[in-house]
Amino acid sequence: MTETFVYWGMDPDWAWFLATVAGILLIALPLMLAVAMVIYVDRKVWAAMALRRGPNVVGPFGLLQSFADGLKVFLQETIIPTAANKGLFLIAPIITFTVALMAWAVIPFNSGAVLANINVGLLYIFAISSLGVYGVVISGWASNSKYPFFSAMRASAQMISYEVSIGFIIVCVVLWANSFNLNAIVWAQKGHIFGLINGFAFNPLLFPVWVLFLISSLAETQRAPFDLTEAESELVAGYQTEYSSMSFALFWLGEYANVLLMCALNATLFFGGWLPPLDIGFLYLVPGWIWLFAKIFFFFLVFSWIKATVPRFRYDQLMRLGWKIFLPMSLIFVVIVSGFLMFTRYGA
Amino acid sequence: MIQAFAFYLFAALVLASGAFTILARNPVHSVLWLILAFFNAAGLMVIVGAEFIAMLLVIVYVGAVAVLFLFVVMMLDIDFAELRSGLVRYFPLGLAIAVVLAAELVLGVGAYRAGALELGTPAAETAPLVGEANIVSIGALLYGRYLFLFESAGIILLVAMIGAIVLTQREARADAGRSQQNISRQVSRRPEEATVNTRPEVGQGVQL
Repeated sequence: MTETFVYWGMDPDWAWFLATVAGILLIALPLMLAVAMVIYVDRKVWAAMALRRGPNVVGPFGLLQSFADGLKVFLQETIIPTAANKGLFLIAPIITFTVALMAWAVIPFNSGAVLANINVGLLYIFAISSLGVYGVVISGWASNSKYPFFSAMRASAQMISYEVSIGFIIVCVVLWANSFNLNAIVWAQKGHIFGLINGFAFNPLLFPVWVLFLISSLAETQRAPFDLTEAESELVAGYQTEYSSMSFALFWLGEYANVLLMCALNATLFFGGWLPPLDIGFLYLVPGWIWLFAKIFFFFLVFSWIKATVPRFRYDQLMRLGWKIFLPMSLIFVVIVSGFLMFTRYGA
Repeated sequence: MIQAFAFYLFAALVLASGAFTILARNPVHSVLWLILAFFNAAGLMVIVGAEFIAMLLVIVYVGAVAVLFLFVVMMLDIDFAELRSGLVRYFPLGLAIAVVLAAELVLGVGAYRAGALELGTPAAETAPLVGEANIVSIGALLYGRYLFLFESAGIILLVAMIGAIVLTQREARADAGRSQQNISRQVSRRPEEATVNTRPEVGQGVQL
């Protein structure tokens, strides 16, 4: 985009600035719209699986339900509990929301369509997603109330546990793609299986790694069956208990933006990102971002399917799964994948 | 120009958040200021072109170490009156630490003013790889020239990890067996073993 602005006769520095701001808006605004629609999809899927109708009143098929909800929370009063730590109480939802948007900067939507094409893109996402826990922890502590506090405790333990195995899973992918750059990782998946199928997930060595990643990403975004931080049967609403109106809405939006990000990561790391599923010429006529969005939407359906069908884990089971099963398994796969590559690609 | 601006912004924020880390009354606020300091230090790393180090700084310090810090500090039951009462007792110790730090600062600045230390010319294999991403150059150095140092650091960490696990071993303690979950027993339990169907007389109730 910078080149276009320069071509129109703009100063290169200003062109870069303008192009970056435009890129940010081009990602953030559609993302917000997508979040609103995806909340609707989520509710419809749960409703269908529970033989209910779901939202069907506001707009055709209830399509405008999320916007009605948004308007409602916007008009409500922001209540700050007297015992709360006021500054931190208000900063926490902002952190959650900002961090959820920040990670999208390095997601490639097409071969050239990426806001920040940095060498360490995957590490950047890993770093940013590890910040997400601060929103939860700070809100839990600043609310000065027992249920949010329990929730904050659980969140910090849970996020750290699953980040460890996500780190090793990322190492497997990076070893195979030979780069931390997300666009390079997508290119490395072109024709990965028999020169026909695009995507690491169809590789027998990386398929189990993808399964680990899918489950870890559920835990990382605190979705069911790992939604212990807002387990409504034990903790009211967890860290969100004391929040109301826009501060609550920011948590809500941030949470779903994070879920979409994890879906996008599943698509980008294991299912060929913006590449079509098969490496056949005419499929490339469809723009890359449509393939990426289709994959993101597919994974989102998987996420809400899981939420509608799987019961919540107990906390000790969650910790056991993270440390005693996922960590050893992802470590073993790092050894297997690097050993295999050493013998095949680098000739021992 | 923009580099200078970014440098002064990040550097000022590091200094300010570092100052607030020690000035904040509430330990939780201190930890949060510390996290902001880490974050801006990562920004400084990006400016010098060490993007890999910057990301590691955020992942390791902000994402893991500081969360554990916060985890512990959040659980403190802080009594502010008591915090202030110990001032006289701890004053000499605090003063000693302050004097040591101030001496180190003066020494550091003095040494810096005396001129750069002659480190000798780098050997061929430590010369920076020109034109490579710094993740590649770090990898080449760590797994090449500094392989044994890197491996020994790994062994030290492994020993520390095993030590931590041994210290929390449950079998050795007196309350072994208590509050332990037997997952395989829980999973293999069937409804027939867990529930009974009875038909009690009216007013009799059931024996549990």
